[in-house]
Amino acid sequence: MTVKSTARARKKAAPGVPDNLRTGTDAPPELVQLLTPEGERVEHPEFPLETTPEELRSLYRDLVLVRRFDAEATSLQRQGELGLWASLLGQEAAQVGSGRAMRPGDYAFPTYREHGVAWCRDVDPLNLLGMFRGVNHGGWDPNEKNFHLYTIVIGSQTLHATGYAMGITKDGADDAVIAYFGDGASSQGDVNEAFTFASVYNAPVVFFCQNNQWAISEPTTTQTKIPLYRRASGFGFPGVRVDGNDVLACLAVTRWALDRARTGAGPVLIEAFTYRMGAHTTSDDPTRYRLTEETEAWKAKDPILRLKAYLDKEGLADEAFFADVEAQSEKLGLRVREGVRSMPDPDPTLIFDHVYAEPHTLVAEERAEYEAYAASFEGGENL
Amino acid sequence: MAGQLSIAKALNEALRKSLENDPKTLLMGEDIGKLGGVFRITDGLQKDFGEDRVIDTPLAESGIVGTAIGLALRGYRPVVEIQFDGFVYPAFDQIVTQLAKMHARALGHVKMPVTIRIPYGGGIGAVEHHSESHEAYFAHTAGLRVVSPSNADDAHWMLRQAIESDDPVIFLEPKRRYWDKGEVQDAPTTDLYSARIARPGTDATLIAYGPMVKVCHEAAAAAAEDGRSLEVVDLRSLSPIDFATVEASVRRTGRGIVVHEAPVFLGLGAELAARLTETCFYHLEAPILRVGGYHAPYPPSRVEEQYLPDLDRVLDAVDRALAY
Ligand SMILES: Cc1ncc(C[n+]2csc(CCOP(=O)(O)OP(=O)(O)O)c2C)c(N)n1
Repeated sequence: MTVKSTARARKKAAPGVPDNLRTGTDAPPELVQLLTPEGERVEHPEFPLETTPEELRSLYRDLVLVRRFDAEATSLQRQGELGLWASLLGQEAAQVGSGRAMRPGDYAFPTYREHGVAWCRDVDPLNLLGMFRGVNHGGWDPNEKNFHLYTIVIGSQTLHATGYAMGITKDGADDAVIAYFGDGASSQGDVNEAFTFASVYNAPVVFFCQNNQWAISEPTTTQTKIPLYRRASGFGFPGVRVDGNDVLACLAVTRWALDRARTGAGPVLIEAFTYRMGAHTTSDDPTRYRLTEETEAWKAKDPILRLKAYLDKEGLADEAFFADVEAQSEKLGLRVREGVRSMPDPDPTLIFDHVYAEPHTLVAEERAEYEAYAASFEGGENL
Repeated sequence: MAGQLSIAKALNEALRKSLENDPKTLLMGEDIGKLGGVFRITDGLQKDFGEDRVIDTPLAESGIVGTAIGLALRGYRPVVEIQFDGFVYPAFDQIVTQLAKMHARALGHVKMPVTIRIPYGGGIGAVEHHSESHEAYFAHTAGLRVVSPSNADDAHWMLRQAIESDDPVIFLEPKRRYWDKGEVQDAPTTDLYSARIARPGTDATLIAYGPMVKVCHEAAAAAAEDGRSLEVVDLRSLSPIDFATVEASVRRTGRGIVVHEAPVFLGLGAELAARLTETCFYHLEAPILRVGGYHAPYPPSRVEEQYLPDLDRVLDAVDRALAY
């Protein structure tokens, strides 16, 4: 046996990595679940949830519409209308459940994949597509719907969320903040610094980690040797692992955490245990690093199918309801397609807009230079 | 308030006035509370304004700047202290990728009135990472404003203006001049971004900022004894640069020498030399020369005097410029 293969054998046999950490399909024991993959409603002693049929139907509608929006954006990317798309397929329940747990005064700090949270915040889905089409780097007013700009640099926004939450405390307000990030992000210094700040200042911020098992091609086991939610205890606040494909559990746990935060009890880390069903982005090829069997196994935990099974079984929705959701979904698809195709390119002078809030001589000078150059072509600005 | 103050005290007064004038202004940093900062710039402020406004933070630079961004989003006006120049790098990502770009990314909908105070530069016999000049990194990033005062009056008024600015400002404090005293006026005599003719002259223009302004004054005084008249321009602002004032001076004297502590290679001097060559070519009697640090890590303090531009190195450059 060569030295190398011995090492490899030892690595394989290495003890200490809990089973529930391996990328896989078994629901770990500490998972909070209110709706099983088969659509059975179960109770959790610490996270009770009361829902009306109307609420359940509305959650279902959100899940379906968000998935449709995402699918539409993926096709639009394939058709060359978007430069890139980061799909949320499989993570709808984590996003809708947590998003619906928010109150109007709460504030969300997303990554680049939180289309479902944006939906819950009533952000126009077309706004989200601007950066993927390449017409802006964000573009919306974050304060309009309390939904911050997408953040691409992994983990940065967790600090912005924490600072914002510190401001809430200073204002004496009873709002709370939710910071989204991935399992890969949990390795970033910023996320760990955010945990420290949030903990010592008792900031009303909920850290919502969507552990979708992969950071591009790296499994969660490359980021951590303990279950992610347990990280929280080292920083002095609670961590909860929730079934991220269970919209009811995500709603209940996030609502609990936000309410707890607004009463001054400090941060919570929620690890939504879920799965990214699609590619990391439209530029990614997941067949190079993950097994079809794994993806297939997660299909059985689909967040939409399980809620549908429950609605059906309990007779909480009729055919007319499902037909209406389908019609809304078609309408949304059309709006997104048409909206993207007619999205104008920005005026090139956008380059110089808003670099600074106050006048800046160099920017003014370069803008004038550019405008003179553009005007020197026939037809003026149409370079 | 008018009177003779050290730069350190002038900064302290500026922070005090800013805290008094606007309840949304906050100070954040390591050891800025009870200790008053390692240079005592925030001395007494926590006592008077409370731990809620003068915040001792965890020891985490990215965390300090990143949470300041969040506080700014919530309507606060954070003034952050980075303890020493060499420790800003862990926050570099938050500064250049987040802070600098947020206003543009939101198409102007959000403002980032964050001031980042950094004691910078050498000459105090410090250990490693306590003597660096990183202005070029920040000035190179659009969305940031970068300024550096050279005297007590500017220290006071530039800091107050920086805090009032709706843009992020990197405020570089020349730490070896903290104890230099000067008159502080009752009102600002100029805006934050104008350069100032610190000493008029006719034979050559010395262009400097921050800690090097004093060296240039000394050089000009020494040159005067030899019958040479040197003009000294104090840039004050490094982004934007008040090129108009610099260009007018160089056109008058026909010669320009940029002096800074930072390495010459790709430093602010390179920008100024290129610009002055483009705009003042027909007025130039000599190439624009640069005097600054070497392309080497900031050296151990026993040899820092060899690294830092001093009066003789400046006068040498003046000789070279005048020999054309
Ligand atoms: C600081 C930083 N490093 C690298 C990248 C490139 N990158 C983009 S997404 C990603 C993986 C992130 O994984 P995770 O945090 O689990 O979030 P997910 O995409 O799975 O939702 C990487 C490495 C980045 N955007 N930022």
